[in-house]
Amino acid sequence: MTHVLEVQNLRVSFPADHRRVYPVDGVSFWLDRGETLALVGESGCGKSLSSLALLQLVPSPGQIDPGSVIRLADTDVLALRGEALRRIRGRRIGMIFQDPMTSLNPVFRVGEQIVEGILAHFKITRAEARGRALHLLQEVGIPDPVERLNAYPHQLSGGMRQRVMIAIALAAEPEILVADEPTTALDVTVQAQILEVLDRLRTSRGMAVLLITHDLGIVAGRADRVAVMYAGQIIEEAPTERLFANPSHPYTQGLFASVPRITGPRRRLNPIRGNVPAPSAWPSGCRFRPRCPKAFDQSEKEPPLLPVEIDHRMRCWLAERDG
Amino acid sequence: MRPAFSVLGEAWRNPAGRAGAILLLVIAISALVGPWFLPDPLAQPDILAGSVPPGLGHPFGTDQLNRDVLARVVAGARVSLSVALLAVGLSVTIGAAVGLVSGYWGGVVDAGLMRLVDGALAIPRLFILLLVLATMDRVPLPALIVLIGATGWFATSRLVRAEVLRIREETYVRAAEALGARRRHIILRHLLPNTMGPLLVAATLGVGDVILLEAGLSFLGLGVQPPTPSWGSMVLDSKEVLVSAPWTSIFPGLAIVITVLSANLVGDALRETIDPRSA
Repeated sequence: MTHVLEVQNLRVSFPADHRRVYPVDGVSFWLDRGETLALVGESGCGKSLSSLALLQLVPSPGQIDPGSVIRLADTDVLALRGEALRRIRGRRIGMIFQDPMTSLNPVFRVGEQIVEGILAHFKITRAEARGRALHLLQEVGIPDPVERLNAYPHQLSGGMRQRVMIAIALAAEPEILVADEPTTALDVTVQAQILEVLDRLRTSRGMAVLLITHDLGIVAGRADRVAVMYAGQIIEEAPTERLFANPSHPYTQGLFASVPRITGPRRRLNPIRGNVPAPSAWPSGCRFRPRCPKAFDQSEKEPPLLPVEIDHRMRCWLAERDG
Repeated sequence: MRPAFSVLGEAWRNPAGRAGAILLLVIAISALVGPWFLPDPLAQPDILAGSVPPGLGHPFGTDQLNRDVLARVVAGARVSLSVALLAVGLSVTIGAAVGLVSGYWGGVVDAGLMRLVDGALAIPRLFILLLVLATMDRVPLPALIVLIGATGWFATSRLVRAEVLRIREETYVRAAEALGARRRHIILRHLLPNTMGPLLVAATLGVGDVILLEAGLSFLGLGVQPPTPSWGSMVLDSKEVLVSAPWTSIFPGLAIVITVLSANLVGDALRETIDPRSA
């Protein structure tokens, strides 16, 4: 079966001091209909850039390297230009962004913005589009949708705005929804509601969701599979239960150790030493080596993705040594 | 970002801006309705009487051809203001279009357009105008308007471009792109409305500039041609009687000063509203 979305060896480069640096360096993943893949990683690991690359939205002067492959079912996205590319954006892949405060234009009514999203892809009248917009607001769980259509963004709360953003992203009925840190800017209680809306839509519409987050907490029980990113690469990937039961890459283990636990005995948090290095300063060999408590002599060579167990792979030589 | 109407409202609260706006309004209304109540500005009721000083029959006096100066100042207002508004409208439109295209497309288009603007800004506007106008034996009013408008958009285009570069990075523009909005839509709906504030300032200050420019050109005989009265050509006509009949030049001169001052007061008030730091 072909995947809804397949990304192979995605590399995004930026020019820097007479050379090119690769904030996204060989990322591969796929998405099937109705499933959620979580792309997890710290700020600067390349997860957002990877998602922007899906629609050729990499900010200038960044470039997607020629060897990269992005396929939407049978469409080669990277071969598209101009109008053909525009028709993919929003129609095949919808996107919502981190900050609902700034992703809506402050000077237009919410309804207008949803209607525009619909009219960008369907040849229908404004009145029909308005009807659909109303329906979308209901679908994302906005109370008094008729009134909300006429509201300006500043009249809505953060959670409501994110719901509106989701409605706009759904306007053209995409097969894939990319949610880039959709709840980071929101209160915890609102976070849960938004994630629930996303879950519900995935089930009802059979959409595939690419959930980008730095928060392992929201991944559990929501994502079908998890891919952990570090320094521009996926360093561990597995079905969610397997990753949570058996986090294997020292970086993934570090991420889990950094999350405070509510249940179980109290223990000291064990944060990962240091910071993610800048793309221009990625170490040779294993990129996590300088921060890794388990680094050994083989870490000086760059590891490929190695199997840990069925469907579970990591970019660490430990898989070979201990597995 | 604020919608243009709230900027207008706030500028109205600035006393100098309000004074300027009221003066402009008075001048505009008298230019519109004044000619219905005043003598024909071209009529020469008693040509032998020549210049009559200001008095009951002629509040601003008459010029050396015995034409009513008030009627001519008001008729001149029509000409000067419409030249100013149309020329500024033209240059703001061109400037906005070039700035939007340049800022949004970027790359080669941007570089090309901006080098063109750099080049144009390096030549004084008056010099270009004098050069072109001197080659024409007659200057029809529409030609004058187009020429002034076509030479006034360079600075505006840079202003708009700078604003577009800033807004282009806003998340809602990125979001619109990600959702497949058409370029035309992004430019007209997201970028243009956000440049309205700076455009308004540029336009108002531009009106003052153009009135001065037109007056200067007309004074040199290269602008509005007689017998059509414009403030600049009236000053030119009266230069022989400057000492014997000063009212013939003082009143059109005052009209220029007051109008330009008012336009600049309004422009400054708008600018202060949009960017309080520039005050």
